[in-house]
Amino acid sequence: MLIQGKCHTFGNDIDTDAIIPARYLNTSDPGELARHCMEDADPTFAGRVKAGEIIVAGKNFGCGSSREHAPVAIKAAGVAAVVAASFARIFYRNAINIGLPIFESPAAAAGIAAGDEIKIDAGKGEIVNLTKGETYPVASFPPFMQELIAAGGLMPYVAGKVGGYS
Amino acid sequence: MGMTITEKILAAHAGLEHVEPGQLINAKVDLALGNDITAPLAIQEFKKLGVKKVFDPERVVLVPDHFTPAKDIQSAEQAKILREFAREQGLTNYFEIGRMGIEHCLLPEAGLVGPGDLVIGADSHTCTYGALGAFATGVGSTDLAAAMVTGELWFKVPATILFRYHGKLQPWVGGKDLIIYTIGQIGVDGARYMAMEFTGEAVRELSMDGRFTMANMAIEAGGKNGIFAVDEKTKAYIQGRLKRDYRIYASDPDARYAETIDIDVAKIEPQVALPHLPENARSVKEIGEIKIDQVVIGSCTNGRLEDLRIAAQLLRGKKVHPEVRLIIIPGTQKIYAGALAEGLITIFIEAGAAVSTPTCGPCLGGHMGILARGERAVATTNRNFVGRMGHPESEVYLAGPAVAAASAVKGRIAAPEEAI
Repeated sequence: MLIQGKCHTFGNDIDTDAIIPARYLNTSDPGELARHCMEDADPTFAGRVKAGEIIVAGKNFGCGSSREHAPVAIKAAGVAAVVAASFARIFYRNAINIGLPIFESPAAAAGIAAGDEIKIDAGKGEIVNLTKGETYPVASFPPFMQELIAAGGLMPYVAGKVGGYS
Repeated sequence: MGMTITEKILAAHAGLEHVEPGQLINAKVDLALGNDITAPLAIQEFKKLGVKKVFDPERVVLVPDHFTPAKDIQSAEQAKILREFAREQGLTNYFEIGRMGIEHCLLPEAGLVGPGDLVIGADSHTCTYGALGAFATGVGSTDLAAAMVTGELWFKVPATILFRYHGKLQPWVGGKDLIIYTIGQIGVDGARYMAMEFTGEAVRELSMDGRFTMANMAIEAGGKNGIFAVDEKTKAYIQGRLKRDYRIYASDPDARYAETIDIDVAKIEPQVALPHLPENARSVKEIGEIKIDQVVIGSCTNGRLEDLRIAAQLLRGKKVHPEVRLIIIPGTQKIYAGALAEGLITIFIEAGAAVSTPTCGPCLGGHMGILARGERAVATTNRNFVGRMGHPESEVYLAGPAVAAASAVKGRIAAPEEAI
């Protein structure tokens, strides 16, 4: 998997209330959620982000609520991937389950600045910062999670066992 | 090599003799829970699979508790999705308004969770049930959908941090103060991906309500689950509630822990977590003069009868400060009825508090007490993130029911003794 794009940066402990405030959770429509993506962390983000761009954050990204609306909002906003020093556990599961690419790399989180252009090479396990000419290692997924990711998420994976998915 | 209580429950549900931290397993779930925010997405995913029936209509639990009684048309539509799915599937554990409660107060009370169970819920505070010696963890909607279909889910076995609480609790210090203090020590990612095992004579002294509060906030330290050993208090609690067989697991003496943290509770004063993270723990006595606009007593963290009794002790014969709104939300209909029978509700109303039907409501900024720009609240809830209870420029201070009630009377954050 190769993902290349411009980065938007955020700090540590970005919680799911900042990613998608609960006041918008009376719907699960992805387009509507995307309009408020990251609103309480940066109210200008949803208006600025362009399809294919990348979120880069510090430690414990996605802490707090189990709301899957958080990765759904990010994915629907057109964000191609999230790179963070670390992810909170439920967000991590949710992102993999819905097919939002996420990458854990403390070095990348520390090295990348807002506006940098990066190239994520999941196969090689590295992130190249094209703006700064730096390369950062990325943690690889265990084989089972690679299967989930390759299937396109948890439900397509489960569908392979119980029947169809549409 | 021995195993922890968490490892034993996971191993048993995966049909394995032994599991190790880091191991990926597929395990059977005893109960799968969803609410009016998370279940609609799960039901949508469930339907895409074309499967007709859930794995077991007695083991899928739906509770519309977040934006209910429905706060607007969209919320009503979300709740309706649960109601219709419950009818269509013949779910025995769907709880309608007027007969329900905040899910994590309700499920233990209704006898749906027992020791040794493996419970998943599409709500991060599902970890509450660890107080009963169960493995319980929060997941997302897609995980819930998969579990509704197969009755199973994948897990990574967490390493465990052992917390040992020693000494005697100070007056007015309860489960909330211990857990806020603990999160203050280790940080909001201090137990990320890990099990938090709570032991020691000080937590054995806690009531079940106090233990539910502690297990509830394991997620605020990033924990996968919080768990207590089963003792006589646990058995007394499930007596007459739980209708299923259960199995008690205990950690082996040679179980392996990632870390052991000893905490002397004798030095812990009532705690307050300052905005905007639960790790900003302080003693109530060291935070100075902070005026407040609202107090909320309730939630899956502190909406139980013991919490209401503590609040009533401090509010009896007092008046809520003229510039403060006090909102009290009993966690379930049974807790509400219990508080009514004990005269607590009269005490609250005479003090000038608003008392609500059970709802998560204000905790997540849903309804029933949203903060305006610049307003400050003391809340017995679990999160004080930016915008959590309303306007992004409002502030939430987390505390137990004693500090919350005292603060409502004084109009500023106050120690319980100040309100006596």
